[in-house]
Amino acid sequence: MSATHTTPRPAATTTPVSRMTALARAELTLLGRTRGALFAALFVPLVMPVSVRAASEDMDLAGAGLSTGTLVLPAAVGFSLLFAVYSVLVGAFVVRREELVLKRLRTGELRDVEILAGTSLPAVLTGLAQCLLLVVGCAVLMDLSAPSAPHLVVLGLLLGLVMSAALAAATASFTRTGESAQVTPMPLLMVSMIGSGMFAPLELFPDRVASVLELLPLTPVITLVRGGWTGDLSAYEALGALATAMAWILIAVFAVRRWFRWEPRR
Amino acid sequence: METNGHEHVIEVTDLRRVYGGGFEAVRGISFSVRRGEIFALLGTNGAGKTSTVELLEGLARPAGGRVRVLGHDPYADRAAVRPRTGVMLQEGGFPSELTVAETARMWAGCVSGARPPAEVLALVGLEAKAGTRVKQLSGGQRRRLDLALALLGDPEVLFLDEPSTGLDAEGRRATWELVSALRDGGTTVLLTTHYLEEAENLADRLAIMHEGRIATTGTPAEVTAAEPSRISFELPDGYFVGDLPPLGELGVTGHETDGRIVRLRTHELQRSATGLLMWAAQARVELRRLDVRSASLEEAFLGIAKDASGQQAMGMTTKEYAA
Repeated sequence: MSATHTTPRPAATTTPVSRMTALARAELTLLGRTRGALFAALFVPLVMPVSVRAASEDMDLAGAGLSTGTLVLPAAVGFSLLFAVYSVLVGAFVVRREELVLKRLRTGELRDVEILAGTSLPAVLTGLAQCLLLVVGCAVLMDLSAPSAPHLVVLGLLLGLVMSAALAAATASFTRTGESAQVTPMPLLMVSMIGSGMFAPLELFPDRVASVLELLPLTPVITLVRGGWTGDLSAYEALGALATAMAWILIAVFAVRRWFRWEPRR
Repeated sequence: METNGHEHVIEVTDLRRVYGGGFEAVRGISFSVRRGEIFALLGTNGAGKTSTVELLEGLARPAGGRVRVLGHDPYADRAAVRPRTGVMLQEGGFPSELTVAETARMWAGCVSGARPPAEVLALVGLEAKAGTRVKQLSGGQRRRLDLALALLGDPEVLFLDEPSTGLDAEGRRATWELVSALRDGGTTVLLTTHYLEEAENLADRLAIMHEGRIATTGTPAEVTAAEPSRISFELPDGYFVGDLPPLGELGVTGHETDGRIVRLRTHELQRSATGLLMWAAQARVELRRLDVRSASLEEAFLGIAKDASGQQAMGMTTKEYAA
C-alpha cells in the first residue's frame, strides 16, 4: 500500500446539486435492485384505476358534475403518489437508516436536507413519470378533453410529489425497522383511498363529512388535479386546497425536524 | 482559535455526552491532538471511545464542554469542517445492494476534491472487488472499503473508529502501514482501538479511557513508564510471604498474593529481581512459574480496568508499601 497520489486532479468543490445527484444515482440503482418495491411501485398504480372505474359504475357521477374519466384520472395520480412515492420512500428511509447509511452520509459534506432530498429523488421522478403516463393514458382511453386549467393540474401534481416525500420521511421517523415499514404506511394509504376522493368523489359524501375529508393530506392534490381538468374549481376553492397541501407539507417538515432519527435505536 | 503549522488540530475541553436515557457516556474529558500526529483513544468496550469520536466528527452536539476541529465547532460549523475531514465509522454504513465501485463513485460525488475512486480502492487492496456487492464482502473487506472512502477527499484530519476490527493479521499490518504513511504525509489521525498492540505500534500519543473518563494520557512510553514492572512466582513449598526478604528494601512498591502465587510491583525491576533471586539462591529454593516483565501498555491498560472493577477478588490480598 502506498499513500502517494498517482493522478493529479483539480480541487473540485462539491455543490448541493452535485452531491444530491451522486446520492440519487446510487439510490436509483438500489431502487432497480429491490424487486418487490419496484413491482409495487410500478404496477399497483397501473392496476388500481381499473377497480376505481369498476366501482364508479354504481355512482351518480353526473349528478356531481363528473364523468368516469374525471374520477379515474385524479385517482390514478393518487395511487401513483401513494405507492410509487410515499410507500417506496418510507421503506427506503428506514432501510438506509438500519444499514447505517444515513449516519455515514451525515459524516460527510451533505447537509441533512440534501440527504433526504437525494434519497427521495429517484422515487419522486418515477412518480412524476408515472403520473404523466397515467394522465395521458386516462385522457386517451376515456375520451377526456384537454384540461380546462392545466396550471392547477401541474400545481396539484408538484404539491403531491413534495408532500408524499415529506410525509414518507415523517412516517419513517416513527418506523423502527424495515419490517414495520411494510405496515406504517398503511393508515395514510387507507385513509387517502377512502377519504380523499379517490374511489368516490367528496361530493357523494354528506357535507359535514366532506368538509372534514377536505382536510386530509391527499384531498387537496386530488381536488386540484380534478378541478384543473373540469375547470369547476373556483379560485377560492383552489386557494383552500393549496393552503391545505402547504399545511401538510409544513407539518411533515416539522415532524421530520423534530423526530427523524438518523441511526437505529440501540 | 487559529490552527496553523504545529498548532492543535483537535482540541477537546471538558467534553461531556449524555444519552436520552440519562446515561453519561463521556464525563468531562480534555485532550488535544497536534497536526501530523496519530492520537489513539484506547479503552474497553463501553469506555466512551465511540461516543467521544462521534462528537469530534460533529454527528452530535455535546452535553457540555467544547470541541474544536481545525479551529471550528464540528457540529455547528459543519460546512467549514467536513470538506477537510475523513471519517471511518465503527460499522459500515453502505447500502448492501450496491457494488464496491458504485459505493465509491457515490461517495466520490459527495466529497470535495475527490481522488479517482479506483485509486483509493487500489490503496486498500480492493481493486479486484470493484464489481462485488457490498453484502458479499467479508467483514475485513468492508473495513477496508470504509477506510478507502475515508481517504477519498485527502482529508487533513482522519477519524478512524476501530479501523482494524475484523481484519486478519495481514490486513491489520497493511492498515497500520497505510495510516503511518498518511501521518508521515502530514495527515492528523485520531483513532480508537481496543487493541493494545495497535496503539503501541501506531500512536504518537494516546489516552486510555475508562467509564467515560481519561484515566491516563501521554506517549506510549510515558504511559508505560508510570506503570510498575511486575515479578510473579509461586511460593516454594513450606514458605510464606513473611519468609521472603523485606520487600520494601528490594524496591518493591507493593505485592499481592493469589493462593500460592505472589505478584510484586516495582519501579526498579533489576534491583528487585536481583534481590529476590539472590534470596532464592541462598535459600536453595526454586521459584516455579517465575515471570519477570517490564511495564507495558497492557499492564497500564489492565491496571486501569482492574482498579475500577475492584481488585479485592476472592482469596486475593493486596498490600501497598509507603514510598
